[in-house]
Amino acid sequence: MSENTEIGSGFRPSGQLQFGVFFQGVNSGTIWKAPEAGSQTDFESFRRLAQTAERGLFAAFFLGEGLRLREHLGRPHALDVAGRPDAQTMLAALAAVTTKIGLVATQNTTYNDPADLAHRLSSLDLLSGGRAAWNVVTTDNAWTGANFRRGGYLDHADRYRHAEAFVETAKRIWDAWDDGAIAGSTAAPGWAAPDSIRRVRHEGQHYSVDYVPRLPRSAQHRPVLFQAGDSSEGRDFAARQADVIFSAHAKFDAALDFRRDIVARTLKAGRGANDVQIMPASEFILAATAAEALEKKEWVRSLQIGPRQAIAYLEQFWGRELSSYDPDGPLPEIDPVVEETSETRGSGFHGAKARQLADQWRAEAKDKGLSIRQFVSAKTSRVDATFTGSYAEIADRLGDYARAGAVDGFNISPWLVPSGLDDIVNHLVPELQERGIYPTEYGGSTLREHLSLPVPVRSADASPVSAASDVDTAGDDIRLELAVRSQQL
Amino acid sequence: MSAATNTTARQGFLALELDGDGAHPAAWRAAAHAPAALLSGDRIRATVLAAESAGFHAATFADGPVDAQLSRPGVGAAGRLDAVQRAAFASPLTRSIVLVPQVDTVFTEPFHVATQLASLDYVSGGRAGWLVSASGTAAEGAAVGRTAVAGDGLAGEAAASIEVGRRLWDSWEDGAVVRDVASGRYLDVDQLHYADFDTEKFFPAEGFPGAGYSVKGPAIIPRPLQGQLPVLVPAELFAQLPDPSAADAVLVSAPSTELLATEVAELRGRLDGAGPAPAIIAELDVVLDARGQSAADRVAALDAHTPWHNPRARYVGSAEGLVELLAEVLAAADGVRLHPAVVDVDVEELSRLVLPALRRRGTLAPTLVDGTFRDLLGLGRPANRYTAEREEGERNE
Ligand SMILES: Cc1cc2nc3c(=O)[nH]c(=O)nc-3n(C[C@H](O)[C@H](O)[C@H](O)COP(=O)(O)O)c2cc1C
Repeated sequence: MSENTEIGSGFRPSGQLQFGVFFQGVNSGTIWKAPEAGSQTDFESFRRLAQTAERGLFAAFFLGEGLRLREHLGRPHALDVAGRPDAQTMLAALAAVTTKIGLVATQNTTYNDPADLAHRLSSLDLLSGGRAAWNVVTTDNAWTGANFRRGGYLDHADRYRHAEAFVETAKRIWDAWDDGAIAGSTAAPGWAAPDSIRRVRHEGQHYSVDYVPRLPRSAQHRPVLFQAGDSSEGRDFAARQADVIFSAHAKFDAALDFRRDIVARTLKAGRGANDVQIMPASEFILAATAAEALEKKEWVRSLQIGPRQAIAYLEQFWGRELSSYDPDGPLPEIDPVVEETSETRGSGFHGAKARQLADQWRAEAKDKGLSIRQFVSAKTSRVDATFTGSYAEIADRLGDYARAGAVDGFNISPWLVPSGLDDIVNHLVPELQERGIYPTEYGGSTLREHLSLPVPVRSADASPVSAASDVDTAGDDIRLELAVRSQQL
Repeated sequence: MSAATNTTARQGFLALELDGDGAHPAAWRAAAHAPAALLSGDRIRATVLAAESAGFHAATFADGPVDAQLSRPGVGAAGRLDAVQRAAFASPLTRSIVLVPQVDTVFTEPFHVATQLASLDYVSGGRAGWLVSASGTAAEGAAVGRTAVAGDGLAGEAAASIEVGRRLWDSWEDGAVVRDVASGRYLDVDQLHYADFDTEKFFPAEGFPGAGYSVKGPAIIPRPLQGQLPVLVPAELFAQLPDPSAADAVLVSAPSTELLATEVAELRGRLDGAGPAPAIIAELDVVLDARGQSAADRVAALDAHTPWHNPRARYVGSAEGLVELLAEVLAAADGVRLHPAVVDVDVEELSRLVLPALRRRGTLAPTLVDGTFRDLLGLGRPANRYTAEREEGERNE
């Protein structure tokens, strides 16, 4: 732990932590080889995890998204769990069997239409009584685009400019209905009050929107916004737009640095030091004693990265078949193929960098005396994001995070479905509650309330424009369009 | 094959449209809740449970843009929740009722639609279907930066979207998730297939009438529980589909109740002998005498607020009369979809008087217990288009 845990810049640690659960669905972290590993697609797996999380007062249940099936050397990747339900469809079903937990859908800005996505998120928000959130991701590659009408149309450099215009448009769609828009009684003159719903128009480089939003604001006004994406542009985007960052920095020192970086960016964006919360991705391997936890970790790792996964992992970077290499031997001496290697999570890895990386890895493995399997296990095991230990010991460590304000909570990826949260909820949560750093009840009924987020300010649109009478409000529409054009892509 | 075509005493199914407060544009005025409560999970829970308890076999959820004349007093509800999500929310609350959202094919992404519907099949335990729509209006297009689509374009977009869905649903063979610990393989890659859909190849002769596109695949979700979700298509669209076998059921309307059975019989005649026939579902608006008011008076009262113009056949009258009409129509059709004028009023009457009487007569098929929508339609589990191909290939090796 670092000496100086001061964040500074007016940031005030809340002293509290929140948990989320991240049901990824496509990854090597989820064990499928153990007999207790359940289905990745049956509704019961999702229900069980969501209800366990809710019993443990988790703020949120997250689903990931990948819009193209993961591949390995040009064919679908066979060794890890894959194939998952659509996030929002699943969350809408879970909304019916949960009452408090937030429901977070990871959804891409490149291969969705703003009006359609905003409408579906709004539906989820209303159906769940104000518990919906959108984890904004910007995967833009053409390989994913091959599944969509537009194909790969977006330059990587433009992904966040596009995402920002998208999110701004979504916010305007969510804010388009005045609070009193819907009649208070069945005797009112009309179902919607005149001029209480604004048409939303946007003309962008890649798309245009001209839409009369179909839904009012929800109990939490509009969906909570999460952001996941670690580049500098991604962080600035989050500082301007997001309520919570789903980060990749769980290790204490890295979390502190990341917090400082985000506080600085948030202040620069004209928001308060505490306005953007941070929940890193994390993994917990817990037991009654530290020794048992370590033993459990060995078992978890051996099932996460078997010999074939270890070879396949290297193949992704080498861009070639390496099946003749011994997983328990040293890293391959052969060089990577210098061309674009297979894309797995949508982030292209280029061969030019591959040779450099291979050299670096070979040196590293040799230095530490690691075999392929040991090396890959160390690389992939999210060492930085794994908390291994006894319940009490880990609760103490999390206390440091809470006191320093390094994070606002953790987004936990269970390594077993659907029972992977049981020990966390049964044993870790009570320890945290005893230490006064974890909620003892839900803070309300909406996700915004659980996270103590402020009520969002309405998007600054022009005065209400009658959706119906284009003719007599044409003046307003033109004014609105000009206002919008000046801030578009 | 359509449901129960071979049995002498035909049995049919009943579907109920659950959109909004009912089919009448002024239905919200007669609803048993405050107007804003329409757009909530509680409302879906209440209506779908009422439909299931009444013994309806299926619930449908209309979607699409709502009345755009928002600022004019007297119009109907301007709000509508996404139909796939309404059906998904209803799924874990119910056990037997089939759940069918209406989903557009013109301005949507076929890949997303296929994924959402496959997911609905998972959350509902195989009770999902797809009511295809293709209206192509300028307003819908403008929302996604496109222009109106009409004529051949509509059927083209619908046919392409259905084909994308069907290919993606087959792109994982049933046994693709092998979870083979010995070999370390979660998936058997040989049982995964690219959909490789391309509008140009799909419409080789006449050409695709819209902006062409392609979808690579495979799906990002395993094959739906039913293999293929039943696809329901309105008759007007069905007539224009290049390949009628794309539809599993056709929704038939008529201008009056008297013509409904005839219309159904005519369609059946046209379909006979032309390969496996889709099920035929007749469309009917319903207003019943209720709460001491005659059905006609109820319509008049609602019409005084907002007139009800609708090309569908409309039954306005007593429960007994409706029982007679449904018995007649179900003798020709595989099912009837009812559009209640006011959900909160008419479903109660249907539940109390109409469905029990039809059951007593033996007109209604039993409701499903742990069955699928395909079971209800009498459709077997569909073969996977890629399995035969692969097995053939393996034999030749
Ligand atoms: C912890 C974490 C989880 C993520 N999960 C997903 C996911 O499920 N689906 C996805 O498409 N992108 C996911 N991403 C985000 C993408 O990596 C990101 O949007 C994209 O790579 C571009 O952002 P960047 O260049 O700022 O990293 C995740 C990112 C992080 C940090």
